[in-house]
Amino acid sequence: METLIIQLLNGLDKGSAYALIALGLTLIFGTLGVVNFAHGALFMIGAFCAVTLNRILTLSHTVIDDTQKDFLGNPLKVEVPYVNGIFGEAAGNFIIDWTVPLAILFAIPIMVAVGVIMERGLIRHFYKRPHADQILVTFGLAIVLQEIIKAFYGANPIPTPAPDAFKGSFDFGVLLGFDPFTVIYPYWRLIYFVFSMIIIGAVFAFLQFTTFGMVVRAGMADRETVGLLGINIDKRFTIMFGIAAAVAGLAGVMYAPINSPNYHMGMDFLVLSFVVVVVGGMGSLPGAVLAGFLLGILQSFASMSVVIETIPGINQVVIYLVAIIILLTRPRGLMGRKGVMED
Amino acid sequence: MSKTNFTRRGVLKTGAMTAGGLAMPTILTAASHTGFTNAPEGSSVTLGFNVPQTGAYADEGADELRAYELAVEHLNGGGDGGMLNTFSSKALDGTGILGKKVEYVTGDTQTNSDAARASARSMIEKDGAIMITGGSSSGVAIAVQGLCQDAGVIFMAGLTHSNDTTGKDKRANGFRHFFNTEMSGRALAPILEANYGADRKAYHLTADYTWGWSQENSMKTYTEALGWETVNTVLTPVGAGDFSSYITPVAQSGADVLVLNHYGGDMVNSLTQAVQFGLRDMQANGKDFTIVVPLFSRLMARGAGENIKGIFGSTNWHWSLQDDASKAFVQSFGTKYGFPPSQAAHTCYVQTLLYADAVTRAKSFNPCAVAEALEGFEFDGMGNGPTLYRAEDHQCFKDVLVVKGKDNPTSEFDLLEIVEITPRGTVTYPVDHPDFQGGSLGSCNPGA
Repeated sequence: METLIIQLLNGLDKGSAYALIALGLTLIFGTLGVVNFAHGALFMIGAFCAVTLNRILTLSHTVIDDTQKDFLGNPLKVEVPYVNGIFGEAAGNFIIDWTVPLAILFAIPIMVAVGVIMERGLIRHFYKRPHADQILVTFGLAIVLQEIIKAFYGANPIPTPAPDAFKGSFDFGVLLGFDPFTVIYPYWRLIYFVFSMIIIGAVFAFLQFTTFGMVVRAGMADRETVGLLGINIDKRFTIMFGIAAAVAGLAGVMYAPINSPNYHMGMDFLVLSFVVVVVGGMGSLPGAVLAGFLLGILQSFASMSVVIETIPGINQVVIYLVAIIILLTRPRGLMGRKGVMED
Repeated sequence: MSKTNFTRRGVLKTGAMTAGGLAMPTILTAASHTGFTNAPEGSSVTLGFNVPQTGAYADEGADELRAYELAVEHLNGGGDGGMLNTFSSKALDGTGILGKKVEYVTGDTQTNSDAARASARSMIEKDGAIMITGGSSSGVAIAVQGLCQDAGVIFMAGLTHSNDTTGKDKRANGFRHFFNTEMSGRALAPILEANYGADRKAYHLTADYTWGWSQENSMKTYTEALGWETVNTVLTPVGAGDFSSYITPVAQSGADVLVLNHYGGDMVNSLTQAVQFGLRDMQANGKDFTIVVPLFSRLMARGAGENIKGIFGSTNWHWSLQDDASKAFVQSFGTKYGFPPSQAAHTCYVQTLLYADAVTRAKSFNPCAVAEALEGFEFDGMGNGPTLYRAEDHQCFKDVLVVKGKDNPTSEFDLLEIVEITPRGTVTYPVDHPDFQGGSLGSCNPGA
């Protein structure tokens, strides 16, 4: 029982990341009709926003400490962050410690800008081209983006810890009446789950309860009619691309303490997120979220040692197996609508 | 309608022509060769540095390349000479190799066996490399070693830790200075016993490729010999990223030690997540739960941050060693690049010098003469104490370091402290060790 609970929790945080990326993918596909293979790269850039902010906050000047020696026997050069000089040591260290939450504010404008530039600069030229061309150009873009990140930050993962206040784990076991340490779960992963629920809720609310969102939904349903009504739907769709980029970016920012960011982390998530979108139903936002959590949890259960011992290698293929089964029984995915990608 | 016309005579004729055609390049080159592949002509000799310049081990590859460039500089008489000044053999005099200026070409292994073989082949066939060296993965090392054997050039392995490189996949043209998982097991076991006792239950998470299997096997063998029980071993895909679903069952498995047979980014992620899941804070079987990382590197330690504090592992070499050779190398490398070298850089630098020295002593670039000079070669002054290149398997035998994540690092490089220098005698295993059987060196191939 404890194992099942903990694998369920495991699935929730992985599912949160899948759901957030798939949500952005679906938004872009639903509005612009583009299959964006660079979406994983946006997730990765988000994580590197946290790394970059950390680098900025820890920008330092060198103070020579004669009492200590460096590895060559010269006086040790101690790096003192500028923020410590500006705000004092305690406040400076606090700001550096809270890099990741602060990076949310830092990442939003950057990600929206990256999204808009991507859409206006490159992707809009491919709207009328076949999906294969769109996939090729966005996949190429993803490779270019990750190579740029690698050129600046290197290939190794860069540790980007959560604030000290959120280190450690919550003992669900004690809460549920089990022995201590049987169902433990890191605080930050719980925060990630809550955070993703808030973002998903905010995106749905935005689309549901604002005029802008209503127009976008109308445009998704019938772009031509909305255009005939004199509404500049292209401009709104560009903004939606920026919002989708920001959603992927924020998913990346908050994921940085869970997995130290590296340049290819986007690719690791991209393929699975596409499967999520297909399983959820192309163009269906609730479908993307539902499938994200569903497949995250399923993957988590398939990684249990009992399951692996019974069916070796199942943890690697379970998502694809389920995708095949769902597509065979429900060709439009779980919540897919008729007419999407069927022309 | 087409008509096929297979006759015995026709097949024989075609076969003979094909065989003749295939043999032609060899026949033509045989007329002009000097007895071995890429015999250097003119005033220079070319070495091939095959390192991961892209992919997950690119940072290690970059450090290896720095070390190679430093070695070439020293061989050609530049810089302060580094470990040429401390090396027990005095054959090298800073005038290149056998009076020929050392030049080099580089290739990108991408930590991918196929890409590594392609780049090695290109360096041998297009650039005329007489020796190939480098790499940061056992899968790649084994693949490139096989290629060099077939091509008739010497392969001086870089960072490769699987037993198989000098075990079942050993080759007469291949040589390894780096230590292996058997040596890690032998060195670590006594330290683990002294710190954690003989009554422990271990759970292994293992990277699912040659090095991981080899590391798990060695750790199991030596910890079980102490009296530890192996509760479970789970293979994890390389590059899994999120290891949480592998880590969470550990807490309920009854184990009180987690052995992470992971390297590079995988180790950084799995260790970080194990700490996040509170494994190091928990008690199991009345003992503090603990984690062991059998193969440590400083570059990995930097990635794992403060999570490595207090964790034991083994390493081939560390810049904080205080012998004259290590100090000379750190001085040389640190002055040129501004930071201390990694163990990958050290082994690559040493391998280049050892190759150059063997050529000089053999007075020939012929791979068979070089191999003969390396086989059974005893040397010192390279940072690992007295070392033997064993003739029977082309493996170096030397001291092994047991290290621990430092509690109070003074700089971003000062992450590991040396707990024990395990003497060569302790880590030396017999030639007929069962884990190293299944293949043979074969005979040296000079190519051409």
